[in-house]
Amino acid sequence: MIFIRRVGRRVLPCFCVLAAGLLPSLAQADSILEPVGPVGKGDALIMMDALVIMLAIVIPTMIATLGFAWWYRASNTRAVYRPDFTYSGKIELVVWSIPTLTIFFLGGVIWIGSHTLDPFTPIPSAAKPLEIEAVSFDWKWLFIYPEQNVATVNQLVVPVGRPLHFRITSASVFNVFFVPRLGSMIYAMNGMVSQLNLRADKPGKYLGFSAHFSGDGFPDMRFDPVAVPAAQFANWANGVKGAQLDRNALGQLLKQSRAVKPYAYRGVDPALFDAIAARRVAPGEGPEGGRGGAEGRNVMPHGGAP
Amino acid sequence: MSTADSTITIADPFRLGHRGPNLARGHGGGGPATKRVVVGYGFWLFLLTDIIIFACLFASYAVLAQATAGGPTAKQIFDTDRVAWETACLLASSFCCGLATIAVAKRDQFLTQLALLATGLTGLAFILLESSEFAALNAQGYGPSRSAFLTGFFTLVGCHGVHVTAGLLWLGTMMAQFYAKGFRPDIGRRFLCFSMFWHFLDVVWVAIFSLVYLVGTRL
Amino acid sequence: MLGKLSWSAIPFDQPIPLIAGAVVVLLMLGALALVLAKGWMPYLWKEWITSVDHKRLGIMYVLLGLLMLLRGFIDAIMMRAQQAVAYHAQGYLPPEHYNQVFSAHGTIMVLFAAMPLVIGLMNFVVPLQLGVRDVAFPTLNSVSFWLTATGALLVNISLVVGEFARTGWLPYPPLSELRYSPGVGVDYYLWAVQISGIGTLLTGINFVTTILKIRAPGMTYMRMPMFSWTALASCLLILAAFPVLTATLAMLTLDRYLGFHFFTNEAGGNAMMFMNLIWAWGHPEVYILVLPAFGIYSEVISTFSGKPLFGYRSMVAATLFICVVSFMTWLHHFFTMGAGGDVNAAFGISTSIIAVGTGVKIYNWLFTMYGGRIRFTTPMLWSMGFLTTFITGGLTGVLLAVPPADFILHNSMFLVAHFHHVIVAGVVFALLAGIEFWWPKAFGYRLHEGWGKATFWFSIVGFYVTFMPMYVVGILGMTRRLQHYDVAEWHWWLQISSVGVLILIVAAGCQVAQLLVSYIRREELKDITGDPWNGRTLEWVTTSPPPVYNFAVLPQVIDTEYYWELKQRAFEQARLSEEPKYEAIEMPRNSPTGFVCAFFATIIGFALIWHIWWLMIVGLIGAYATFVVFAWRDVPEYMIPADEVAQQDRARRAARQHILNTGEVAWQ
Repeated sequence: MIFIRRVGRRVLPCFCVLAAGLLPSLAQADSILEPVGPVGKGDALIMMDALVIMLAIVIPTMIATLGFAWWYRASNTRAVYRPDFTYSGKIELVVWSIPTLTIFFLGGVIWIGSHTLDPFTPIPSAAKPLEIEAVSFDWKWLFIYPEQNVATVNQLVVPVGRPLHFRITSASVFNVFFVPRLGSMIYAMNGMVSQLNLRADKPGKYLGFSAHFSGDGFPDMRFDPVAVPAAQFANWANGVKGAQLDRNALGQLLKQSRAVKPYAYRGVDPALFDAIAARRVAPGEGPEGGRGGAEGRNVMPHGGAP
Repeated sequence: MSTADSTITIADPFRLGHRGPNLARGHGGGGPATKRVVVGYGFWLFLLTDIIIFACLFASYAVLAQATAGGPTAKQIFDTDRVAWETACLLASSFCCGLATIAVAKRDQFLTQLALLATGLTGLAFILLESSEFAALNAQGYGPSRSAFLTGFFTLVGCHGVHVTAGLLWLGTMMAQFYAKGFRPDIGRRFLCFSMFWHFLDVVWVAIFSLVYLVGTRL
Repeated sequence: MLGKLSWSAIPFDQPIPLIAGAVVVLLMLGALALVLAKGWMPYLWKEWITSVDHKRLGIMYVLLGLLMLLRGFIDAIMMRAQQAVAYHAQGYLPPEHYNQVFSAHGTIMVLFAAMPLVIGLMNFVVPLQLGVRDVAFPTLNSVSFWLTATGALLVNISLVVGEFARTGWLPYPPLSELRYSPGVGVDYYLWAVQISGIGTLLTGINFVTTILKIRAPGMTYMRMPMFSWTALASCLLILAAFPVLTATLAMLTLDRYLGFHFFTNEAGGNAMMFMNLIWAWGHPEVYILVLPAFGIYSEVISTFSGKPLFGYRSMVAATLFICVVSFMTWLHHFFTMGAGGDVNAAFGISTSIIAVGTGVKIYNWLFTMYGGRIRFTTPMLWSMGFLTTFITGGLTGVLLAVPPADFILHNSMFLVAHFHHVIVAGVVFALLAGIEFWWPKAFGYRLHEGWGKATFWFSIVGFYVTFMPMYVVGILGMTRRLQHYDVAEWHWWLQISSVGVLILIVAAGCQVAQLLVSYIRREELKDITGDPWNGRTLEWVTTSPPPVYNFAVLPQVIDTEYYWELKQRAFEQARLSEEPKYEAIEMPRNSPTGFVCAFFATIIGFALIWHIWWLMIVGLIGAYATFVVFAWRDVPEYMIPADEVAQQDRARRAARQHILNTGEVAWQ
């Protein structure tokens, strides 16, 4: 065991240096290690904490594995062959207690992290959060800004520095709302409302997409969010032009379409989101073909913007 | 009673050539258990897996019980009188199956067939009562497609019904085997499994009766 | 008449599946023609297809598993190639096809490659290690195998007739409901998995009964070899988990076929229930695969270190610990569903607790090597590859078990890299090590070491080159199952990953070459002694390959590592133990029940997929008739005379005596 500890002491710093060299290369444009909000920062911090805790035990183990295997190779005449060394109470105690203690420690991290970073928990802030209702369709995202009375498809514009409160549902199949650099993702599910609290602290355009496979148009469910200063956000919201988002417009959204270019609605039926979430409107229509008869394979044509 | 079995010398403790001591039960270092123990044990394990299937159906029923989607609730559709008769039939069937076990132990062909016939008829009566319940619900438009609650109900109770129906098929085959082959050890083991299966269906029914019908009509 | 089936079900417009399907069909027809032309059919029928011998069934399971491993690997190659080129482009696979490929890859690898390989090794090894002549229910064992083969067949039929599921390897509703997946793909999935799942369930019953009820005299629990312990744990998990799969898939089937509302978007259906139920099976399933793999490593590391397993009781405890805790972790597959802090924290902690059991195992393997005399044969190399890789996989697994970390890693390529780390290094390496280790026992000759080592080194390098970039793109935010993408940073990492696949192709080639070369040079690789590795457990007592009855007389076990003790005593005294008194042995007769049963299961499955109702009824009647015919038979067993047993066992003893006289042993 002394051997393990000694090697551990030497190698751990080496590894940290190596990791430190590698990590910046990961901190590129849309890395989860380059968060721009408190939630993303919290998630990434806990991930790194857990990584360090685990490395403290993993690295010595790894070295011991290779070390033992090398030293006790059959051709090494200097290694002592001890075929009767099959049990040691002390070692058993250590091998059970090291993982147990590690997990105890990690368990604390898990417990605290799960509660402080629960997506439903509001971000403490003086400013009133911006309400956004997100609905996933086959295969696009609809974002309703109830206060601004506008809605957008596949385009999310948010103000910098103000907490965002999302209410998320799905009009068809499961999807996951995810903006890597803002942090936590959460499921969009038919008949359910998920909540997510985020904040963008830096202006910029980020990657945003569905992180749960939802069918043929899934790769194009992109809504790359743009974070802009508050004044600019207000200007944008006032300037949005588009048709009214009512039941008719919803009927169009419920049809499957792929790679939809962003567009907007002005004037939103305020009860629309809750009607979708409570299943008071029919769910997404699904594919047109392949339903009956011989069409076992239902290949759909590519859709586009309506 | 057939005596064909006397020509086939399969002594019970033989197990794939394991001539262990007769009392071996497979515990500890006693060597391989007898065939009767092995077969009974294996079938017990099967019943446990079946119980897990029912547990899943119970769980899904519990999740969906309130999801009536504007359709009828449990209270509105359950007819406790009919369910009481169903229960009586099934318990009587199990009792007859117990009698059959005694008859088999006595190697009495006539009593065995009689008891098994009674087991089958009471089982059939149960199935007919259950089918009439399902048919009546369907006729009112309360089929399994009406709501998630009815989906869960029909699946759970129907799964039990399918088990009873399969059991009746097995029972018929069993009777034919006793008639054609007599009280051979392997058929005796098969009957052991059947009787466990049949009593197990009672246990499941008791759970259905309490958790679905009684709870459903009270809440 | 033919339900939904018509000519349009054949993908004449899609060259890739059509050509692949045609090649498979031609190969199968070619193999059949060869068998018929050479007159091998009676041999195959008598010795293999109708065999109820656990060793034969084990070999057939492994063969099925290897073939499906190859099929799943081809899917993997297609996926990596697609993602390497689909940057700002559609690549060469349209989504309709790409989605089938990744769904088939997962389904095949877990259920039709890994499962048959694990169950195959259990079949072959467990009765031998326990010192018995067969499993508890030999004919049922054959039924299990053929039902698994039916499932595999249905998956492969979907390549040419119709389509496979496009919903991922676990068909999450509502996507898998009729409204969103009206084609037959999900139906193929449902019936293939349902039928093979029933086969697996029967295997579980069979092996738990075998291990708990028919061990050799004196083989107490604490004398059971580690692989048998892990097989027991795995089969207990099968018993508890597979019924959940059966029930869940049945619910989805009812939704799709009869308009029920378990998981639909209408009438109160609840798709979240599917996720809970399917993972209540799916998570234990991982341990069903990995526990026997741990058992293989235990045997291999102990044998090639020349030491008994360190901390045997501790290992047994850790195995059963993992067995129990694996049922309490399923929710970590959807932390991002929003269950709240308490629930997420509880499942996060229960998940990381599993790492305690695994950690204990790793340390015990380490201390098995400590003070050993390690021979780096191919199985041992696989074990070393496993130890190092699995530790990394465990590390990333614990990260994913931390809910806030999972909130940014869920469904990402990081996750994909993680589970390949644990399943490829944990299970596939173990299976290859196990095949290598027990091959001489099964066929009487060792596999070629050089090609084996080449396979190992190409595999380990290819593995890292393939999967390490996935961790990176996962951290760069990439989610899985993308048919195309336009993020520049991901592109070159995915290209590196595809280079790794090229290396893995070389590794697969080496593996095939190893089997061929070893077969050709089988005379010089011959194992005369029955104990090619200086083994420690009872399977090495008997000849290679073992006689149909395994042991001429049942071993009377009096110690842990009884065979090792016996061997040491023989060496010390320079003579074998006394010749035992031979008796006639009763063995189960062969039976076509399994094959016929699977034939009708295939018909039923196919008929249900295509809604050919009359054919389904024909299949059901046929299946029932098969059972009745089986139940009606009068002579289920036959006797092997004592003379024959004595003659064969004396030959075995002579070979052993020869070693004692000359000291010529391969492993010294």
